[in-house]
Amino acid sequence: MTLGSVPLKYRISIDRDQCMKCMRCVDNCSYGVYRIEDDKILIDSRKCTACHRCLSMCPRDAIMLQERPVDYRSHPLWTAEAREDVINQSRTGKIILAGMGNAVDYPIIFDRLVLDACQVTNPSIDPLREPMELRTYIGKKPSRLEFTKSNGDIDLKTNLTPNLKLDTPLMIGHMSYGAISLNAQLSLAKAVAETGTFMGTGEGGMHEAIYPYQDHTIVQIASGRFGVDINYLERGAAIEIKVGQGAKPGIGGHLPGEKVCSDVSCTRMIPLGSDAISPAPHHDIYSIEDLAQLVRSLKEATNWEKPVFVKIAAVHNVAAIAAGIARSSADAVVIDGFRGGTGAAPKVFRDNVGIPIEAAISAVDEKLNDQGIRNEVSIIASGGIRNSGDLAKSIALGADAVYIGTASLIALGCRVCGNCYRGLCPWGIATQKPELVGRIDPEIGSQNVANLIRAWTLELSELMGAAGLNSIESLRGNRERLRGYMLDEGLLDVLKVKSVGA
Amino acid sequence: MVKFISGKYYLIAPKPNIIVINMCGIIGVIDRTMSRMDGSSIKEALSLMDERGSGEGAGYVAYGIYPDYADCYAIHVFFDNLLEPKTRVDEILKQWGRVVYQEEIPTYEQPDLKREHIPWRYFFKPYTDLMVGTKNPDDDNVKRLVMNINANVEGALIFSSGKDLGVFKASGWPEDVANFYRIEDYKGYIWLAHNRYPTNTSGWWGGAHPFNLLDWSVVHNGEITSYGTNRRYVEGHGYQCTMLTDTEVVAYLFDLLGRRHGLTSEMVVEALAPPFWDEIDEMPEKQQELMRAIRLTYGPALMNGPFAIVVATNDGIVGFSDRIKLRPLVAGENGSRLYISSEEAAIRTMDPDVETIYMPRAGEPVVGRVVE
Repeated sequence: MTLGSVPLKYRISIDRDQCMKCMRCVDNCSYGVYRIEDDKILIDSRKCTACHRCLSMCPRDAIMLQERPVDYRSHPLWTAEAREDVINQSRTGKIILAGMGNAVDYPIIFDRLVLDACQVTNPSIDPLREPMELRTYIGKKPSRLEFTKSNGDIDLKTNLTPNLKLDTPLMIGHMSYGAISLNAQLSLAKAVAETGTFMGTGEGGMHEAIYPYQDHTIVQIASGRFGVDINYLERGAAIEIKVGQGAKPGIGGHLPGEKVCSDVSCTRMIPLGSDAISPAPHHDIYSIEDLAQLVRSLKEATNWEKPVFVKIAAVHNVAAIAAGIARSSADAVVIDGFRGGTGAAPKVFRDNVGIPIEAAISAVDEKLNDQGIRNEVSIIASGGIRNSGDLAKSIALGADAVYIGTASLIALGCRVCGNCYRGLCPWGIATQKPELVGRIDPEIGSQNVANLIRAWTLELSELMGAAGLNSIESLRGNRERLRGYMLDEGLLDVLKVKSVGA
Repeated sequence: MVKFISGKYYLIAPKPNIIVINMCGIIGVIDRTMSRMDGSSIKEALSLMDERGSGEGAGYVAYGIYPDYADCYAIHVFFDNLLEPKTRVDEILKQWGRVVYQEEIPTYEQPDLKREHIPWRYFFKPYTDLMVGTKNPDDDNVKRLVMNINANVEGALIFSSGKDLGVFKASGWPEDVANFYRIEDYKGYIWLAHNRYPTNTSGWWGGAHPFNLLDWSVVHNGEITSYGTNRRYVEGHGYQCTMLTDTEVVAYLFDLLGRRHGLTSEMVVEALAPPFWDEIDEMPEKQQELMRAIRLTYGPALMNGPFAIVVATNDGIVGFSDRIKLRPLVAGENGSRLYISSEEAAIRTMDPDVETIYMPRAGEPVVGRVVE
């Protein structure tokens, strides 16, 4: 018995009148959609991923792409995707792998929250003419200050522990060398160094090309401990323990062997071409006290000079877990919502496990505040932040800063096609093939990423000024400046936000 | 009477192009030798600023007015009636301490002032041994009582709870409120007064200023745009915001930072209206370290938005404006007396012989302390 083929996902067509046969599409498509036969460009639409590389390179706009050109009998439950997944799994008996973030049409809470602005009773502040402070310190803060008095002089007794100083409450999240290319990582690193912020290295170690920017990196330790040694720890401005990831809570990282080239294998300290599958838990963390020990060990190893973050996926009990982390020596809790991107994740996890970042931020902020320790630890939010509006709302819900991932890759060309795990990324981002990686010029790439950070920073300043705020700490957790639009009562209560009009 | 208003002080604000429409009039005075003044001149000064109010709220606070009960907490309560609410308050007070004396606060009907509540006062001594886990059992006992009664007893609102001081406020024009309580009958070494133009809560008596908790009293002109953040911060540390307006949070911030954390008034102001980072970066190293510590530790206490505030405690007053001075604030001195107000005219009305008048810079505290 045969299942036959499933319909095309995308159909590519070329307007032959427009086409000048420059062959750019043939050269650019790493998936093999185009080939030349008898001086004619032939198309194999089945191979298309909608990455848009060919469209963006075509000088004549001659290429057209259509999604789902073949209709199924419409059915609200048995969508085309549901049917195709069943066909796929009945053929293979395997877990379906997917790239990028959650692709299910859950309501987006950010889009149902609106920001406030001043009218009459409180003047708005013009950031072009008045100071506007976005500087953010990430790290442990004392609960109160203590002073010593001698001969009428008052001296500070409390010592501050090291904090990261951010010029804008926006960092780039952890995308490892291996998951993304060196040129992509270099572009991000140059961009954060230029804009006074930080990027995560991911769990893949640090390539020596990143060393010049190491003061702007946060080095990650995940369950696989790839690339970790004392030099690595000492290079980072901060250290992050990755317990979980929003795209796939409860399981470890996946780097397909196709992406493990010799440079990646050296940096990760793993064999060439081997799959790098991180264990689901850390084998030395089976409880919150184990985590606290690891935090202290890392601090001890680095002379208590580096802030240590702990990253968890936003799961149902995120608030209590975060409160446990806050009680360790950890400086910041990173919460990654269920829309967080990934290079490779089992689709069933990506689409079904975890909670949205908006609810997670609010729940964590609320829990820590109830316990009177909110300001002592920083909250970094990530997972589906698309623009400066999402950034402002995240902070108003209680985050100190956010990590962006997907947005920074889009600034490098990514079109969110979701095939990162295949290692063929035609934009040179999620691939290790030298001919593809070379498509990114880190000088230009870094400018694009830096522009994005600057643009959001400007917009955030404008939003704050309009709300009559001139320092970021006055936006943090300030839910008075948010209203929920068409959110149900249960969710309004979780977010601690009033309805519009209230 | 109102010819000195506006214009003049807005010109000294850093950005004169910003139009300030929301108005409130504030004035405060301290006699640093603790020589006591009666309430007649502050009534006159506040009435001068009628332009800044709307006849929906005015109030006064005076320190040193209850010398006979100086060691008791003077608890002023608005009762909706003297039945259920008062019975419950009596019960709670008797559980937590001893009522030394109580009476209805004497009032005198005014034709233009509608009596919404019955103002009552208790002179109260808390049982110290009932509070555990605090270095300050008396104050924390009373603070807890205030929070509890205001949040949970319907028809009762404690609006004043310090020792040897009292708040007198209502909905109405300043002179009516003053005459209603006959504030000229009280003599204090510190007076604060406020004339209200309400926007957040309409003419509710509890919403009038001054706001008070224990020894802290606050009068405030402006709107705190960071209220949500400040409120969560104090709520995380055992305070409950029950007055439906942003000003009360200032009293709680002063209580938390000033009383419980032991910061000086100047330092509390540095936390609430700190210098900008650009200024801090230019400071000498030691000062830089201190300011960074204050901003990091007390970031959630930073107050944003346009405001001018005068805060009083039993040993002094401090006035300050927001970090870019979006509300007017002027100070005057004459011998042992320090005046802080929205308007120079109000100060000159209180004290025609005032010697120096000056405009504090944005965020700069003006402090007047009693000399023992």
